[in-house]
Amino acid sequence: MLASTDILTASFSSLIDGWFELDTWIVVTAALAAMACAIPGSFLVLRRQSMMGDALTHTVLPGIVAAFLLSHHLKSSGWIPVDPDDPHKAYDATTYTFMFIGALLTGVLTAILTEWVRRRGAVENSAALGVVYTSLFAIGLLTIRLAADSVHIDPDCVLYGNLESVWDGNQTPRAAWISGGCLFVNIALASCFFKELRISTFDPALATTLGIHATLIDYALMAVTAATAVAAFESVGNILVIAMLIVPAATAHLLTDRLWVMLILSTIIAAVSAALGHVMAISLPPMLMAPFAEHPLLSGVPVESLDASTSGMMAASAGAMFVAALLLAPRHGLFVRIGHRFRLAIRISAEDLLATLYRQDESSRDPTVFNGRPTLVQRFATWLLRRQRLVGDSSGRLELTEPGRHAARKLIRAHRLWESYMARHFDVPADHLHETAHKVEHFLDPELRDRLAQELDTPDTDPHGREIPED
Amino acid sequence: MTDGPPPGTPSPDLPEPLPDGTATHPSSAPLAIHDMTVAYHRRPVLWDIDYDAPPGQLTAIVGPNGSGKTTLIKAAVDLVPRASGDVRFFGSAYHKVRHRVGYVPQRGSVDWDFPVNALDVVAMGLYKQIGWLRPVTRRYRDKAMHYLERVGMADYAKRQISQLSGGQQQRVFLARALSQQADVYLMDEPFVGVDAATERAIVIILQELREAGKAALVVHHDLQTVPEYFDHVLLLNMRLVATGPITEVFTPENLRATYGGKLALLDQVGHRMTLNQGRS
Ligand SMILES: Nc1ncnc2c1ncn2[C@@H]1O[C@H](COP(=O)(O)OP(=O)(O)OP(=O)(O)O)[C@@H](O)[C@H]1O
Ligand SMILES: [Mg+2]
Repeated sequence: MLASTDILTASFSSLIDGWFELDTWIVVTAALAAMACAIPGSFLVLRRQSMMGDALTHTVLPGIVAAFLLSHHLKSSGWIPVDPDDPHKAYDATTYTFMFIGALLTGVLTAILTEWVRRRGAVENSAALGVVYTSLFAIGLLTIRLAADSVHIDPDCVLYGNLESVWDGNQTPRAAWISGGCLFVNIALASCFFKELRISTFDPALATTLGIHATLIDYALMAVTAATAVAAFESVGNILVIAMLIVPAATAHLLTDRLWVMLILSTIIAAVSAALGHVMAISLPPMLMAPFAEHPLLSGVPVESLDASTSGMMAASAGAMFVAALLLAPRHGLFVRIGHRFRLAIRISAEDLLATLYRQDESSRDPTVFNGRPTLVQRFATWLLRRQRLVGDSSGRLELTEPGRHAARKLIRAHRLWESYMARHFDVPADHLHETAHKVEHFLDPELRDRLAQELDTPDTDPHGREIPED
Repeated sequence: MTDGPPPGTPSPDLPEPLPDGTATHPSSAPLAIHDMTVAYHRRPVLWDIDYDAPPGQLTAIVGPNGSGKTTLIKAAVDLVPRASGDVRFFGSAYHKVRHRVGYVPQRGSVDWDFPVNALDVVAMGLYKQIGWLRPVTRRYRDKAMHYLERVGMADYAKRQISQLSGGQQQRVFLARALSQQADVYLMDEPFVGVDAATERAIVIILQELREAGKAALVVHHDLQTVPEYFDHVLLLNMRLVATGPITEVFTPENLRATYGGKLALLDQVGHRMTLNQGRS
């Protein structure tokens, strides 16, 4: 692990000024924690239980406090041994184990209580969760207050973590080991129980009828989420845990249609947002503040030493990646949809132009292609048609080329067939036919055109008496 | 269409007594429901259902909206708790013979945006066979593909399920049920929202099941086609109105009793009970 972090440090510090080994450890620890969170988080997102992540990170508080007090009590009454080197140290390995188990139990308790409130109270899931969440969190805060006299518990540390002091300057930080272990366990669990998790998330009823206990898997997932959250808490803090449970998973969900791809993608996104977040935390503030270096408020503070909260920046960069996915995703993305809409508008405009030119040739009417100034879309459509050599210019005006006439014939045929069809089957006045046919003509493929023609016994003229051209 | 062997044919594995010591059910019918009452929040929606499904036959479950058809099926497969009564499949409690019972839920019951494709969904029917901790190997994917072919959906195997039409989704669910290779099928409205071609395909599959000696209970809304597709019928409206071969019980009087004013009355009684017991 140490050798690879050396390489990381070397490559990062060549890119970013003021990058030290500490920074590498911050990123490694946060990335491991974030990746560990993304795995149970993916299932929470798919179960539409994203709120559960938020709730669990708070409801485990009373469990942690109770476990802490218990271990403290057991130590002072001699039931379990104290650390011989430092008998007064509040947080040793035993205490951590206790706190971990305490959190685990309250995590499962949260799930059970929520289900119980939902059933008994006949309320929806999120309402039940709200009740349990606030009550347990309140109990946790109360216990901290009550216990504050006898022992020192730092709620800030529990809620916000202390990523900046993760490394003591010598060895692989404990937090990295814990997060890494947690990630390993989560990967193992997700791959071993992939099938079971998939079916009980997708279709709990079927899972149950197949003998896969969906409720049990539900509780197991809550336990794993709680354990992961607690493992990650200490180093990266509550806010980042909530973000990393949900945001990378939600981002990955936008990008893929396969569950296993989503799991892998979400961990990659989690790791990238951890790295990106820290890079931004140390490089953004000096960059943004540089113009104000002389400002009296900054007097005496060198701009290069400014930095932002790493956890906050990590959460923010995860959010930024989500927004990017929302805009760019291949299937559901906003840009893709706008692109589709735009392409459709261009196509319709181009086809309208072809049809207009065809009608002009037919009636040898005066050439007014557009009513008034052409719109941007119309100009683009004209440009496109020229490029495809469907229209050309002769003596300063647009004209259909031979391929262009062929394409236009199909449209006119669709238009007039549809008018005939409407006139035959619906009670539409003749002067209302054009409008709908004008819209429909763009969406009739050859097969539909032929079926229409067949149904109408291959008519030669439309209701207005104009010729219906052959395909 | 002849009736199957009479219920009660001695079977080698006799049903064990119920935990509460009541008499064992004599029948080894594919599905035997005895004195079942089901309630949601103390409000009964099914009253005293007594029913033996005939083996090797297609049975239609018919009744108006809200008459408890879905509830009947769900209570039979332990998805909804029973207030009282007893359900047996082939003479055994459901949890002992899960693998012999295939359940096709109403279509709206899953999240269609879930990242799985049609083949994944069908393969889910094989999870029991595959067993815990084992991945879905090539062999099982081929099997799943075979069932997709049977419902005419092989070309859509790799499609994410939200990109399938309603009828195609229904076929995928059906393929999943077939892959379970059960002996009795409980299907909740497989014909809803499908076109004539899909309806035809489903009917053919049902007939193949019957030829293979399996029984199917199918919730069906189209009264016109009940006599054409099914052998037996179960008329339901919060209680069992009538049951038996189509020719005997699918009569105008029985249908009137099923769809008539009875629902309102029973519903009112149920509502009263809720009010009175409300805060106990
Ligand atoms: N989860 C539930 N909680 C409370 N009441 C329910 C629940 N599910 C169903 N009900 C009630 O139980 C009764 C029977 O419902 P059920 O879904 O079994 O009807 P159905 O016959 O399947 O109707 P449909 O033809 O509309 O599918 C209805 O009155 C319904 O309101
Ligand atoms: Mg129903």
